[in-house]
Amino acid sequence: MRLSRAARVTLGTVTTLILAVIYLPLFVVFVNSFSTSTNLTWPPPGFTLEWWGKAFQNAGALEGITTSVQIALAATAISLILGTMISLALQRFDFFGRDAVSLLVILPIALPGIVTGIALNNFFRTILDVRLGIATIIVAHATFCIVTVFNNVIARLRRMGTSLEEASADLGAGVWTTFRLVTFPQLRSALLAGGLLAFALSFDEIIVTTFTAGAGVTTLPIWILDNLFRPNQAPIVNVIAVVLVIVSIVPIYLAQRLSGSEQLQK
Amino acid sequence: MTSATPAIRLTGLTKTFGSVNAVDQLDLEIGEGEFFSMLGPSGSGKTTVLRLIAGFELPTSGTVELQGVDVTHRAPFDRDVNTVFQDYALFPHMTVLENVAYGLRVRGVGRAERAERAEAALASVALAGFGGRKPSQLSGGQRQRVALARATVVQPKVLLLDEPLGALDLKLREQMQVELKELQRSLGITFIFVTHDQEEALTLSDRIAVFNHGHIEQLGTPTEIYEAPSSPFVASFVGTSNIFDPSEAERMLGRTSTVSIRPEKIALHTPASKPAAGTVSLPGTISEVIYLGTSTRILVELEGGKRLTVLEQNASSRSALDRRGEMVHARFASADLVALEPVAA
Repeated sequence: MRLSRAARVTLGTVTTLILAVIYLPLFVVFVNSFSTSTNLTWPPPGFTLEWWGKAFQNAGALEGITTSVQIALAATAISLILGTMISLALQRFDFFGRDAVSLLVILPIALPGIVTGIALNNFFRTILDVRLGIATIIVAHATFCIVTVFNNVIARLRRMGTSLEEASADLGAGVWTTFRLVTFPQLRSALLAGGLLAFALSFDEIIVTTFTAGAGVTTLPIWILDNLFRPNQAPIVNVIAVVLVIVSIVPIYLAQRLSGSEQLQK
Repeated sequence: MTSATPAIRLTGLTKTFGSVNAVDQLDLEIGEGEFFSMLGPSGSGKTTVLRLIAGFELPTSGTVELQGVDVTHRAPFDRDVNTVFQDYALFPHMTVLENVAYGLRVRGVGRAERAERAEAALASVALAGFGGRKPSQLSGGQRQRVALARATVVQPKVLLLDEPLGALDLKLREQMQVELKELQRSLGITFIFVTHDQEEALTLSDRIAVFNHGHIEQLGTPTEIYEAPSSPFVASFVGTSNIFDPSEAERMLGRTSTVSIRPEKIALHTPASKPAAGTVSLPGTISEVIYLGTSTRILVELEGGKRLTVLEQNASSRSALDRRGEMVHARFASADLVALEPVAA
């Protein structure tokens, strides 16, 4: 498509502005992590690596990272298994209520986190009567992390069609052998993409986490929120935020490359 | 074909999708070692029959027997038939050799033996040395051959081919037709070939079943199907036919039923010449001349408005293109007229 010069300039300006609004604040966080000011005055009065050093010795922050990673890994694992199973069921079989189930699976990602949070909090405490803790956070995260796996896997299954599986059965392979040798290898990159997104989603989740975490459990996002407005902690929070940005970019970038390269191949 | 047990016997086979009978009360026997084609337009049920034989679909009613054994309710992996898919369905994450060896692998054949047999199968389709490649690195014709090798390496009793040449260009298709025929002869197994290409079916088959609306319109050898079509559908689907409905037949030919005549059986003469005994002679005007290389297709508008298609071999290089508007007599032996069953409602 060809655009006029005026249109190109306008669109270019708008795009630059929007990207600037999104990414300049992140850049400020990055700069502030090296600032000598403890209350984040702008422009930074001087440069120091002090906070980076302190951040990596901060017990609260390190514990928060460990907890968040544990939760994200567990929620991702649950999502991968359940997401794959539900995708196969919905894409490969026809049954009563299939469309309804499909909607119910996707819905949690659209539900406001606060609603999910309140609902699960109530359910866990009053109905199931379980103690809130890491386990309840994992279950809560899995409810919406499943969606990213589900979306990736079901799209792959749809594009793959059934003929590869039919060919495998035709050549003498039973259901499990077909899954192991044909279906799963075809799903591998979709699972990786979906899993990375699920991990990223869980890792920085704060609303649902707040409602489903017990008293003693502090995930990294919760630790950041608690410490952001404490004197002398703000620069450390900035350091952690920069680390979080980097940790989040990697899986998103990989997931996008995985699904992008697949699309180009076909 | 009349051996004791047929390779395939279908009895009362019916498959319903929603309210549509894709296959309707089909009875069919296919003999050992036969090259059998199922020919028909898309939606005529031929592919569904193939999928019923392979076991990808369960029939609504009826049975499928394979060498006398009822396999109607057996899973695809439990039937001694193999399929060459329309889109080849090669496993993209495996090499060509792994693809061909797949059937042996899932049957528990040892690594060394299956590599050896897969190599031999690849060699038999002229793809020796291609084993290390991925399917995506092959051309359409090569993929087709890999699919053939993969399906035949497990030595099935029956090979099912679902429009296997549909995606290939003309030259390659003609070459693959010859190779298919040779392969079938050397393996000596039954081939069931689904196609909508009548020429392909005529070229390859021992017998052809012409499908229409989920049932077989006509079953016979290529010569029978072409020379003696039993219905207007077969007459017009297989090759070109000039069909006279009962009223036209009565008015022009003195016949009482629907009849047809093939374009190449008609010759054009000048009105002045005398027709030979036993020939029908119909006066008309040439309305269109289409040059086809080896032959010329001429449309003749008969008196009364009926149009005839005539095929003339281009034996000499004299151009026929300037013959439009010429008055001619279209003549053919009345013995060449084929009586067709009246159109079924």
